[in-house]
Amino acid sequence: MMGMRDVMVYGEYIEGRVHPITYELLGKGREIADRLRGKVISVLIGKGANRYAKELIFYGADEVYLYEEDDSYRPDPFIHKYVVTYLIKNLKPCLVLFGATLWGKSLAPRIAAALRTGLTADCIDIYVDDEGDIVQVRPAFTGNIIAYIKTLTRPVMATVRYKVFKPIKKDCRRAGKVNVIKMLIKRRGDLEVLGKVRDKEVSIVDYDVIVAGGRGLRRKEDLNMLKELAELLGGTIAVSRPLVDMGWAPKDLQVGFSGNIVKPKVYIACGISGSPQHIAGMKDSKVVISINIDPTAPIGKYSDIFIVGDLYEVVPKLIERIKTLKKT
Amino acid sequence: MRIVVLVKPTPNIEKVRFDMEKGLVDRSSVKLEINPFDLHAIEAAVKIKEALGGEVIVISMAPPNALNALRDAIARGADRAILVSDKVFAGADTLATATTLAAAIRKLGSFDLVICGEKSVDGDTGQVGPEVAELLDIPHASYVVRIVDVSHEVIKVVSDFGNAYYLIKLKLPALISVTKDVNVPRKPKFKDLMRARRAEITIWRFKDLAQYLSLDVVGLQGSPTRVVKAFYAEPRARRTVKIKGSEAIEKVIELLSSEGVL
Repeated sequence: MMGMRDVMVYGEYIEGRVHPITYELLGKGREIADRLRGKVISVLIGKGANRYAKELIFYGADEVYLYEEDDSYRPDPFIHKYVVTYLIKNLKPCLVLFGATLWGKSLAPRIAAALRTGLTADCIDIYVDDEGDIVQVRPAFTGNIIAYIKTLTRPVMATVRYKVFKPIKKDCRRAGKVNVIKMLIKRRGDLEVLGKVRDKEVSIVDYDVIVAGGRGLRRKEDLNMLKELAELLGGTIAVSRPLVDMGWAPKDLQVGFSGNIVKPKVYIACGISGSPQHIAGMKDSKVVISINIDPTAPIGKYSDIFIVGDLYEVVPKLIERIKTLKKT
Repeated sequence: MRIVVLVKPTPNIEKVRFDMEKGLVDRSSVKLEINPFDLHAIEAAVKIKEALGGEVIVISMAPPNALNALRDAIARGADRAILVSDKVFAGADTLATATTLAAAIRKLGSFDLVICGEKSVDGDTGQVGPEVAELLDIPHASYVVRIVDVSHEVIKVVSDFGNAYYLIKLKLPALISVTKDVNVPRKPKFKDLMRARRAEITIWRFKDLAQYLSLDVVGLQGSPTRVVKAFYAEPRARRTVKIKGSEAIEKVIELLSSEGVL
């Protein structure tokens, strides 16, 4: 059957910016398409998308479909759903990948339901097994369980966690085809994106170093101390949920099951005891350093270095030491 | 205003057992509670009802031991609760669940707004809400952090798109999935608990929904995704060097250097 071996990668293009997960998905898509001897098809929707078509090809796409008949940069979920559903019906890929970003996780289920096909959320791995079946691996139960999932319908659809797969090396000589889709999509008028309320203060998932504060902090102002440490290491601060609830920090900075799930190189937990909800948000960090006054704090188990002590003593010393090192 | 709240009775994540053979959560093994995210959906619905009048109907697809969770929903302000429960619904993935819930909503005849929590603590997908919206052919907004305005015709919400927060206007009927930021759920009062204890909970079996559903789209049979195996997630093996206070500084410096962040 035509198609059916191809992998489609949804290019997350919002407000004139391609989300970096798109390149990670292209890398994974390339690997699976090579295994199945199919093509990697990608799609970009929105004003100005053509500027990125080549880039997607350099990162592994064989074909890029563009839909640009949008007069503003404002993202329209209906248009994205319509175009992607249309392309899937026509191109019949065997696998469609979305980023497990909030945007992707809102869009993908609508498309899956429209196509009556299976969708697997938050994949941390996807591979083709010895039987030639696509296997999707995902955590469930607040990260306590790892499930291996097969989809009986086609296409197989999945949302994939950010920073799990690596993009392939950019190859500026890679050739590919760019297809421009022209069609007039009649908006239904039942959903209108009126405008942006505000940008995220900071996207903590993008940082290699995160210094997170929890209930061990005595005052809101003390977050500045953690901020200083974070900045010395080229990172960002983050907080556990109680600090958001107390109004000490915006939700954008929250690590945990109901906040951001992060995976930095280094995660430094200061005065965070480690509730299951918090652990679910940071346990896949490469290296975890925690500072806690309580030697029995659950965070200890999830740490490479567990400093039993007062963060008000340890953090300033650490800052001083790093400053000295930087001078020499 | 008729508001439907989709509630998932979930096991307490710290006490649950898993059926690794079937790759499913053994939901009959523990007491089921309202999924914590859904408490915010109920509260949002009750607030809207208080402002505009109408009724709040909670719908759950769950095993019979979910009755207590539905009583809890009534104590928290729902006018009535419907438990969609049948052996043939067991083993449903998100699509089969959404299909069944959409059928139950259709059976109600009319509705203005559907509210659900952003995700559940067990399945943890956040997919059922948008899937229900698609199957009902109504607009939806996910990850709603604020309800700005509601009338009998439209709802305006602030939704987290990931990169930024956007103001969205939805014509009713519509579906929204809410985050924990949207409100602070109130605690039931004694009289609410009494009312809940006496309340009658409607149970709909497959045959009650047969007008809107066929057997091949529900339960495990109607689920396109299959768990082929499942494991307890082994926490990443950590060195866990436990050090007291100031001696730790050099160890930390060493580790930071080896990770290349210093």
